[in-house]
Amino acid sequence: MSGNFIYFDNINTTFPDEEVVACMEQALHSKLGNPSAHIHSAGIDAARLLDNSRAKVAALIGAQPDSVIFTSGATEANNLAISGFMGANPDYQLAVLSIEHFSIINQARKSKLGGRNVLFIDVDRTGLANLEQLAEFVRSGPTLVSIAYANPEIGTVQQVEQICRICRDQGATYHCDATVAASTHAIDVGKLGIDLLTLSGHNIYGPTGIGALFIEKGVNMRSLFEGGNQEHGIRPGTENIVGAVGFGKACEMAVANRMKWSREISVMGCRLWQGLSENVPFIHLTGHPEKRLAGHVSFWVEHIEGESILLLLNMKGFMAASGSACSSNLKGEDETDLVASHVLTAVGVPADICAGSLTLTLGKYNTIEEVESVINIMPGLVEKLLAMSPSYSDYMRKKE
Amino acid sequence: MENKSFPYSELVMEHFSNPRNMGEIENASAVGNAGNPNCGDLMRLYLKIEDGIIIDAKFKTFGCGAAIASSSMLTEMLKGKRLEDALKISNQAVADALGGLPPVKIHCSVMAEEALKAAMEDYEKRKNS
Repeated sequence: MSGNFIYFDNINTTFPDEEVVACMEQALHSKLGNPSAHIHSAGIDAARLLDNSRAKVAALIGAQPDSVIFTSGATEANNLAISGFMGANPDYQLAVLSIEHFSIINQARKSKLGGRNVLFIDVDRTGLANLEQLAEFVRSGPTLVSIAYANPEIGTVQQVEQICRICRDQGATYHCDATVAASTHAIDVGKLGIDLLTLSGHNIYGPTGIGALFIEKGVNMRSLFEGGNQEHGIRPGTENIVGAVGFGKACEMAVANRMKWSREISVMGCRLWQGLSENVPFIHLTGHPEKRLAGHVSFWVEHIEGESILLLLNMKGFMAASGSACSSNLKGEDETDLVASHVLTAVGVPADICAGSLTLTLGKYNTIEEVESVINIMPGLVEKLLAMSPSYSDYMRKKE
Repeated sequence: MENKSFPYSELVMEHFSNPRNMGEIENASAVGNAGNPNCGDLMRLYLKIEDGIIIDAKFKTFGCGAAIASSSMLTEMLKGKRLEDALKISNQAVADALGGLPPVKIHCSVMAEEALKAAMEDYEKRKNS
């Protein structure tokens, strides 16, 4: 990253902690063998590092180390959770939240096309799952339920305890994608009763290219591809040891610090929303007002378009994200690749209004001074775009 | 070397950051609206026409970087043009003048062309009324 940028896009990726980088560098220099080479010391050293990292990841969620499977990231873990489970359990139906990540939604669509009974669970205007609809569906037959702990785009944190209770009462299997919640929420899979849980390295100040799926003992799973016996044969292929070392270190640091991070980030997030809502006209929060991720501030502004604000912010040195169609797939082949966010449309924001959405997400490296600087700069950027907006002119004329 | 990871050309960013001719024309000779229902973009083009020549062009646009840059570039291309020459300005000409647009953003230049056609239709209608 060049220049003095202020990073408010922690929901999409967090920068690895220096201690994580140091551990990975050391591992890279350690002449590690293949962890499946159980006889020679280079292999044994690698296997030991891998086991050690696995234990740290498991400790993050209160799990036994042998129930954690390393994957290439959250997308693969989500694919393994849904397709690996549904493939091994042909009598199951599937219920997924309508605002899940595409790695879940697209599998559910595929399952439906393949003839499986699939429910896309509705959300209310704050993004909370309709639990009555879920309860009714799980009563109708054996079900895999997939509802993320929190939504990255609107920040809403689900009522996970209640979801677990519904699933437990009806004998349903529950998969929870905890990718964006694990750095600030203490999640105990045993206490909650979660059967499958997704984690990602780069969302918890660890590296990209590594994630994990927790699989409760007794849950019947099938591998997504053929290969060797690595990861109990559930995820064949030589493990990403260096990635696992970094991920393990990141999890260890999160266990020690996540409550502190959560507190500090939460204070900054509250100030950010307070400052923006008081100073930016036509601003509306998306997601739940209270049940939301620490430091997650998502909103839309009437009469202006999200990509334009993102570009202006970027020119001033602030990095953020938008759910606007116009910024959805800039590398696509044609305009049909631009679609309004399925999350925002599911919570009832019309497609043309989705255009003005913006998501600012704080992390442990942010400071209150950075928050104050974006609060100061945002009204001017919005004013600039309002002055260009024909819908704003029409609004003002009507008002007069 | 051009940064291929960034979707917009330097010229697009220049027009986006410093849009030319942004605003409205009081007592405009013609006004044209065009929109894109997919993403909610909206462009409004104002023209002042005298003796068959566009003597002033302004715009207001709700839209992304490409939409604002296309609007700005179109108004620059229109000023001083005779009406029959203005009508020959295509979306491709606007995109080319901006140093190209990403494939997903070509519709922004189409919106500019459509706003121009709408303004011309409005001009004809006003003339005949």
